[in-house]
Amino acid sequence: MSALADLTACDLRAKFRRGETSPTEVVRAVFERIDAEDGRLHAYLYLDRDAALAEAARWDAVVRGEDAPPLAGIPVALKDNICTRHSPTTCGSRILAGFRSPYDATVVTRLRRSGAIIVGKANCDEFAMGSSTENSAYGPTRNPWDETRVPGGTSGGPTAAVAAGEATLALGSDTGGSIRQPAAFCGVVGMKPTYGRVSRYGLVAFASSLDQIGPIARSVVDAALLLEAIAGQDPADSTSADVEVPAYADGLITSLRGMRLGIVKEFFAEGLDAGVAAAVREAIETCRALGAACEEVSLPHASYALPAYYIIAPAEASSNLARYAGVQYGHRTADAPDLVTLYSRTRREGFGAEVKRRIMLGTYALSAGYYEAFYLRALRVRTRIRQDFDAAFERFDALVGPVTPTSAFRLGEKVDDPLQMYLSDVYTVPLNLAGLPGISVPCGFVGGLPVGLQVVGRAFGEQTILNVAHAFEQATEFHTRRPPRGRAARGASAAKRAP
Amino acid sequence: MARVDAGLRHETVIGLEVHVQLSTASKMFCGCAVAFGAPPNTRTCPVCLGLPGSLPVLNRRAVDLGIRTALALGCHINPVSQFHRKNYYYPDLPKNYQISQYEYKDHPPLASGGLMRVSTGDEVMEIGIRRVHLEEDTGKLVHAEGRSLVDYNRCGTPLMEVVTEPDLHSPEEARLFLIHLRAMLQFAEVTSGRLEEGTLRCDANLSLRPAGGPHGTRTEIKNMNSLRSVERALRFEEARQRQALERGEEVVQETRHWDEDREVTFSSREKEEAQDYRYFPEPDLTPLQIDAPWVDRIRAGLPELPEARRRRFVEAFGIPEHDAGLLTATRAMAEFFEETVRRFVKPKIVSNWLIGDVAAYLNAAGREIEELPLRPDHLAGLLMLVDTGKLSGRSAKEVLEEMLRTGRPADAIVQERGLVQISDEAMLAAVVQEVIVEHPGPVGDVRAGKDQAVTFLVGQVMKKTRGRANPAMVNRLVREQLGVA
Repeated sequence: MSALADLTACDLRAKFRRGETSPTEVVRAVFERIDAEDGRLHAYLYLDRDAALAEAARWDAVVRGEDAPPLAGIPVALKDNICTRHSPTTCGSRILAGFRSPYDATVVTRLRRSGAIIVGKANCDEFAMGSSTENSAYGPTRNPWDETRVPGGTSGGPTAAVAAGEATLALGSDTGGSIRQPAAFCGVVGMKPTYGRVSRYGLVAFASSLDQIGPIARSVVDAALLLEAIAGQDPADSTSADVEVPAYADGLITSLRGMRLGIVKEFFAEGLDAGVAAAVREAIETCRALGAACEEVSLPHASYALPAYYIIAPAEASSNLARYAGVQYGHRTADAPDLVTLYSRTRREGFGAEVKRRIMLGTYALSAGYYEAFYLRALRVRTRIRQDFDAAFERFDALVGPVTPTSAFRLGEKVDDPLQMYLSDVYTVPLNLAGLPGISVPCGFVGGLPVGLQVVGRAFGEQTILNVAHAFEQATEFHTRRPPRGRAARGASAAKRAP
Repeated sequence: MARVDAGLRHETVIGLEVHVQLSTASKMFCGCAVAFGAPPNTRTCPVCLGLPGSLPVLNRRAVDLGIRTALALGCHINPVSQFHRKNYYYPDLPKNYQISQYEYKDHPPLASGGLMRVSTGDEVMEIGIRRVHLEEDTGKLVHAEGRSLVDYNRCGTPLMEVVTEPDLHSPEEARLFLIHLRAMLQFAEVTSGRLEEGTLRCDANLSLRPAGGPHGTRTEIKNMNSLRSVERALRFEEARQRQALERGEEVVQETRHWDEDREVTFSSREKEEAQDYRYFPEPDLTPLQIDAPWVDRIRAGLPELPEARRRRFVEAFGIPEHDAGLLTATRAMAEFFEETVRRFVKPKIVSNWLIGDVAAYLNAAGREIEELPLRPDHLAGLLMLVDTGKLSGRSAKEVLEEMLRTGRPADAIVQERGLVQISDEAMLAAVVQEVIVEHPGPVGDVRAGKDQAVTFLVGQVMKKTRGRANPAMVNRLVREQLGVA
């Protein structure tokens, strides 16, 4: 049975069609894996076994038919900053304890329509701020490859779930690398689509101009399938783009002949772990062998991306998070004598240190007198970075480089050093500032820990980077490796309650 | 002595910020219905409640109305404008920021740089319009029994803000401007303009300066919710600042609230100058792009504005300028006039009744014509009865009063009260005969050439007929019977 939990969505679809298994069996297998592993990994914050099984039963007969919806019967985990109707959405924060959204996010509606079965809500850094999932108010998630290490952040929960077979697919959100970085750390495929490709309606905002929901999967084909299901313009999100959604999975190719790949010079600079560098360089050689023309390219303003990001993202966050004040929902402090005290105590009690740090940063950056020096200057940097990419894409079809400077670090290693922690996202952040799509695909191991290759594309050029990642994946075996399993199911949480 | 002079030399400078609730069916950033007086929190959704994950979607109809206003005020419509977030904490503001349009360098508001002309008798005031922008309204706090409750129904209601240049120089001018602006907005079908429902709200900046000198320190006055309170609040504030300056005190820049009951402005404790709204471009909305075809389409559909209608009333109906001005002071009055004239084609008579008895009634009752039960066809019916001699002018005033109160048609009231005018010559001749017999004294006076005695005798006939006699006919009959015609 347990093998079912490790299969890809594509494999499951084939088995469904042949009548070799059913959604009910698959969902059972996934919950068995959760029972066995999640006490150790803590990938989930909330599970709804009954609802998932009921959904699965609905699809049991349907999945054998030719016209079954694309994700019918496939178990999917959702990062807990994506709203699901009537079940908890906490964003890993105490301040949203007890909150139940009255509506489904657009991606959730689209998933349900595609037949996907929602297993539960997965752990994340509080309000998607961090690089290790240690900032969750409900405790950290552990890396399935080594439980002393972090799974990456902020989509650590959903990514660990996919890596460990606790879900077949997952949706995360990526504001500065929060899908690609944990995907690299956990050895799975993670993609940040172009800004505007996927509706943000129902994604609890961290930094509105940077956030994007994206797929996490165990293969590129699966990621393509999941992206297809959720992408496309949404009238409820004015920033979602009216650009046609291709049949990504059908369009995948295995040769890179004629493809021009740019190797981002600045991503191989100081701070890059030698083992990671070697794995990524080897991956580039593989791409060359597959027919790609690879050449170095410079993004001269890349080094300003992180500072600009740490102005823009906190500025938007300080405003987006103002609504958590104890008036309408979520945590409210007890017995505040007046309104200002109600606000300040509620927020002091409800938010963790990293969130407070960024709210203060952002409030400062937007304040009268500092706005021009910080916020507007950061916007100008953003424009320059975008122009760097534009120039690069005049010569190249896609850019390649590492996802992260190191492989997964130890729990607690950087938690007291925010600046060190921020550096984890140094190669991922530029894409968010430019709004471009990027994918992380497993490309090797260093000391038993996975390493990811990042492929960056033009705006709405998801097909191209999926193609590169797919060709690479098919030519290598890294994606077939599975993390070790826990020795015993310790404190398995069969029916997790809402925090 | 010098102090008195100093006081006299000061010039008042007033600028207004008028918040206008737009007449849209749905809210600014979601599909919720805009409804006045619905039970609390029944007109809300995740978007207007600012729930986690919700996103705003701009109401195109609200933009249409903003463009309409901008065109009517002769503003430049900015081809690209930007929405901003105005960040501040308040329980009736669900997101703790308000989506508005802030003016910042390359981020212009919807429209800027217009002009409004207001004719005041012989003079024409010109008031510059600094900008027109769009924003969302907040909810409402209800304080009851030591608790505070929040009603979010009003959250996200579309508002437009019209900001004038400081071109107004007296509270009276401010009131006149508002009357004309309101009429203009009503004619353009941008708002209902009902003050009591909060569809028009106004803040004012007022300062005094030595005539022709540099601007003085201004205060901002809020919470003025009627035309009357705007004028009174500004008058109070003008006097307060003048007294302060005369005493050699400085005027403090602050926000003051108008207390309607005590008729004073008072300093609100919050330090507005310390307030930092941390405006920045709203990342959930793309910049608002308005191309020429959009503007042309709105321009083509722009209804007749008050100025044009006033001119038409003068030219087509032969109404005096002054009367036409009164008839076009509100859209409802102008509509009422035209509707009545359509049924009773003597415009001057209709106008006389409307700006006479009807306006007097409205002033006394403090109401607008659209709030009355009176209907144009009923008024036309009444005037028809007078015109055909079936009702005397005096009785008509009596009938009108009941019509204003009850909205019943004139003929029903006339029938019920037995007010039909007697124009039956034989019948009236008999009554005249009776009066002549009963009043030999005055009859003698008439015969002796005292013409005013005729009036007395006519009065007696009117009395006997309870005012129903046709006065012109009675007058003629009296003279005929006494041989003094």
